[in-house]
Amino acid sequence: MRAADGDSLWLKIVPGVTWALLIIPAAAGLVGVLLPAFGYFPALGGTGFSLEPWRALWTSPGVLRGTLLSLWVGLAATFLSLAIVAAVLAQFHNSPVLWVIRRVLSPLLSVPHAAIAIGLAFVIAPSGLFFRLVAQIVPGLERPPDLLIVHDPMGLSLIAALVLKEVPFLFLMSLAALPQVNPHAHLAAARMMGYQPSVAWLKVVLPRLYPQIRLPVIAVLAYSLSVVDAALVLGPTTPPPLAVSIVKWMNDPEVGRHFVAAAGAVLMFVLTLAGIGVWTTGERLAAAWGREWVEEGARQPGARGVSIAAHVSGVLILSLVVMCAGAILLWAFADQWPFPKALPDRLTGETFRQNSGLIARPLANALFIGLIAAAAALFLTVSLLEHDVRRRKRTDQVTGNLIYVPLIVPQIAFLPGLQIMLIALNLDGNILSVVAAHLIFVFPYVYLSLSQPWLHFDERYRHAALSMGARPLRVLLQVRLPMLLAALLTAVAVGFAVSIGQYLPTLLLGSGRVPTITTEAVALASGGDRRLTALLALLQGALPFFAFVLAIFVPLAWFHNRRGLRTA
Amino acid sequence: MNMVSTTTDSGLVLRDIEIAIKGKKLIELSLSVAPGDIVTIIGPSGIGKSALLAYISGLLSPVFAAKGEVWLGSRRIDGLPAHLRGTGLMFQDDLLFPHLSVAGNLKFALGPGKVGKAERESIVEEALARAGLEGFGKRDPATLSGGQRARVSLLRVLLSEPRALLLDEPFSKLDPELRGQFRQYVFNEARLRMLPVIMVTHDPADRVAAGGKAVELKGLKSQS
Repeated sequence: MRAADGDSLWLKIVPGVTWALLIIPAAAGLVGVLLPAFGYFPALGGTGFSLEPWRALWTSPGVLRGTLLSLWVGLAATFLSLAIVAAVLAQFHNSPVLWVIRRVLSPLLSVPHAAIAIGLAFVIAPSGLFFRLVAQIVPGLERPPDLLIVHDPMGLSLIAALVLKEVPFLFLMSLAALPQVNPHAHLAAARMMGYQPSVAWLKVVLPRLYPQIRLPVIAVLAYSLSVVDAALVLGPTTPPPLAVSIVKWMNDPEVGRHFVAAAGAVLMFVLTLAGIGVWTTGERLAAAWGREWVEEGARQPGARGVSIAAHVSGVLILSLVVMCAGAILLWAFADQWPFPKALPDRLTGETFRQNSGLIARPLANALFIGLIAAAAALFLTVSLLEHDVRRRKRTDQVTGNLIYVPLIVPQIAFLPGLQIMLIALNLDGNILSVVAAHLIFVFPYVYLSLSQPWLHFDERYRHAALSMGARPLRVLLQVRLPMLLAALLTAVAVGFAVSIGQYLPTLLLGSGRVPTITTEAVALASGGDRRLTALLALLQGALPFFAFVLAIFVPLAWFHNRRGLRTA
Repeated sequence: MNMVSTTTDSGLVLRDIEIAIKGKKLIELSLSVAPGDIVTIIGPSGIGKSALLAYISGLLSPVFAAKGEVWLGSRRIDGLPAHLRGTGLMFQDDLLFPHLSVAGNLKFALGPGKVGKAERESIVEEALARAGLEGFGKRDPATLSGGQRARVSLLRVLLSEPRALLLDEPFSKLDPELRGQFRQYVFNEARLRMLPVIMVTHDPADRVAAGGKAVELKGLKSQS
């Protein structure tokens, strides 16, 4: 006879609900692009299968170039980000500089891509902060230089924005994975043989670290290949990357273009697989070449190059981060700011006052969607984890891996299909549909954020409570959840930050009728109003920031006279 | 559950308990503990002493395979969920809930709805006073000394009105001078309430102090 803890019905069905949440949208999205891509979708007037959408896709101007551009941007941004992280870790792994870098980069994780792209545009544009600073030193630079920097045809500024966003991500993933490969003993051994510290790191730590961060690297690749929001702000326009074209076709008032968009989404999916294929081939080549480099036994060569690369990229990234944040802040509160002045004439709250009516609705929508999606994700996560506790088992491997699916499959490959499905059901353009779409991407992050502290919880507290006769639900609500309050709020803040940054689900599932600060910021970025754009970008960064501040200080205030919770 | 009593014993009775892990049998045991008696279980670490207590209280991890009957008075409890078994557990650590005050911890054990609010207050006050902790109710458990925390931890178990007490090396982390004193306190309270007690320990002094029967667990041969 096995004693059960008395599972409630809800907990029994929650794994199924989670599966449904992760599988149904992906499946519906897949069907929703596959059928129209081959001409069949009665709700949109496609009654028979044909290759017409593919012909239309093929003859659309610039599609081939846009496709290759996407591949180039994705591979270049991923390679650069990884190389920078490796160089910085190799150079500074035993230095306090690492701690400083971590401090500066961590907050960037919660800043949406669109806000970083907007900030970078403010810095590198011909009339941007960079050339204003140059003009202070170089005499005669009275007008902005005539250069195509933003929207450059090679996508270099887009790559820069992606690198700026992905370096912190890969950096923190690497720091989290490092203890698992036990670097200190191996480094010490290599150092004893006379290896330079940075060369030693690259030769004995990196080969073992890389497999640990491979999944995040692939996620970065898939994301960079298919990015839309940052591409709209900084990317090439004639032609744009494939993902941007798909969004344009989806927004085309002519319903027939949906079929082209569907074919494009299928192409995007294939392109992502191709990109991953190219990357894994590169991995093999790098491994073969790297093995030779490791085994040839050289102690010094390379150390100088690594040192230069680490210092240059470190300084570049830190100063860009500071300048981006500064440019957004200054523009949001600038009065008159003619070129080539380095600072505005005066700071003013006028932009905010004049536009408060315009900002109110996108801000309210963003808050509503973010809070509901984060709360729903937290409820699902807690249910799933508590279900495991009651079964006294860890989540099985399949469900565990399934959680990563929405993080890897490009949004642009299946969200158009989901939108087409919702249009057919007349459910698009509804704020609840947008919340549901956000939940798909918010849930994995909330789960990943909460599961570690949950698993580290000392189960004997639960056992003690049960042995006192407390029902399992009471133990959950009165013992476990209050003791995990800080972790719960952090998970909510993570989910909220993820939701605030979502551009594509908001735009597509909202059919453009549910504006948030992120969709408005991207829409305005290509227009002319720098002050309003800056204000929206500032809100994008500020909302997650305040969420994290609350997540830290609410538990401190709540339990200010409970010392045991702070040390635990 | 419709169970007819097949035992004349009151107290805690273990009948043909077997606990194994990965095909390796750890424990084979039958045992009867009369009300007010303290049975000591000793044996090297890793032998499954804690697993035995977990099985009795319904908290055994599924990595173990276990069977055998557990009777508490006239009730067979091995099929019940942990919170309905009435087996109070004490661990090495006091495990006072850090987010609740001392009184909050005790009220949690008292459970909701049994008695009125005012009466709950007075029960808690009285219990604290009897344990020499008068006026400690509002305190943060983290500000108490080790000995005080241990006493609150015992009070907490007792206020949940268990019908048996299971002690998992509850004295091993206390200072030596405190240990003997607290041990006597626990034993007195248990005897006063006529609770059957099973104590798992590797400290010979615990066994001597308990006085009663002692069972020594030795490794069993692996079963194939």
